[in-house]
Amino acid sequence: MLLISCPNCGSRDETEFHYGGQAHVPYPENPDELTDRQWAEFLFYRDNTKGSFAERWLHSTGCRQWFNMLRDTVTYDIQAIYPMGAPRPVPDAGEPADFGTASLAPDSTTTGTTGPSVASTDLGPAEPAATAPKGAMK
Amino acid sequence: MAKTTAHTVRDNDLSRRTSPAAPLADAFEAGSVAGVVELREEPFLTMVGLRVQRGTEVGERIAAVTGGLPEASGGVSGNEDSSVLWLGPTEFLVVAPMEAHETLGGTLIQSLRDALGDGAGQVVDLSANRTTFELTGSRARAVLEKGCSLDLHPRVLEAGTALSTEIGQIPVVLWKTGDESFRIFPRASFADFLGRWLLDAMREFASPEVP
Ligand SMILES: [Zn+2]
Repeated sequence: MLLISCPNCGSRDETEFHYGGQAHVPYPENPDELTDRQWAEFLFYRDNTKGSFAERWLHSTGCRQWFNMLRDTVTYDIQAIYPMGAPRPVPDAGEPADFGTASLAPDSTTTGTTGPSVASTDLGPAEPAATAPKGAMK
Repeated sequence: MAKTTAHTVRDNDLSRRTSPAAPLADAFEAGSVAGVVELREEPFLTMVGLRVQRGTEVGERIAAVTGGLPEASGGVSGNEDSSVLWLGPTEFLVVAPMEAHETLGGTLIQSLRDALGDGAGQVVDLSANRTTFELTGSRARAVLEKGCSLDLHPRVLEAGTALSTEIGQIPVVLWKTGDESFRIFPRASFADFLGRWLLDAMREFASPEVP
């Protein structure tokens, strides 16, 4: 069970929330110009990141508001919670404390290096910079 | 919109209504343990859903009717006529006695509609959406703790706080109205299940405590 900190309501059990899939997948500016393959990729293709992943959540039995979350899919560490529409926070080397949970430091060396998930961008040409920069957080 | 035809004969109206947990009324009475934990349904409270932005002009007009709009999660505002519970940043629930409903001659909903005017927002009569359970007594908290993941200890949850959450896996609004009294608002279709769930959770307190 995750304990998720809703920006409006504070910490609540995961059962109060609904998962909304990958965040930062913008609606195509000119959908009618896409090929079927590009349209299918927009609709159905999502990253399957091992490591830090930006996703949308809805506090469905609380305040009924959406928000974004940066979560490690390996350790389940919730690294950041930020509003819809805000860019994905980048943990910069200058202020590690911002994202650090106690467990991050030792863990991240193992999970961080297992992040060649960038290979999945082979689908790439379809999405003009649609996906957020991926890859290792470090 | 055209004015709804006002039913003025109160007895007439009430005799035709069956509240969502009415079939459990006897069970509630039998399952209550006087002074320890007691459960009853408070049927037909007037409830109005508000969607409005606090602090805007229209928000202020509505707040003037309701006695304020709560600022954040947990907040309850109100005056002697009604209470307003925070449900979301722009969503509130007004709870008032049955008599406030327009079918019984009350003016609350219409004055909220008037306050909204053509401003951005909504005033919706939700009186039939939820029913109200009143759970009281020294063990009321212990009953709720069996199925609610919130920290209900008084050092965290103070009287006068209302939160949307889950009890027995049912989405409810939980309003702590006093040190040992709670109002629980389940949707009508969940009232039977939650009523039985609460009765089951209360049962152990009918027996002498095993040391
Ligand atoms: Zn929330």
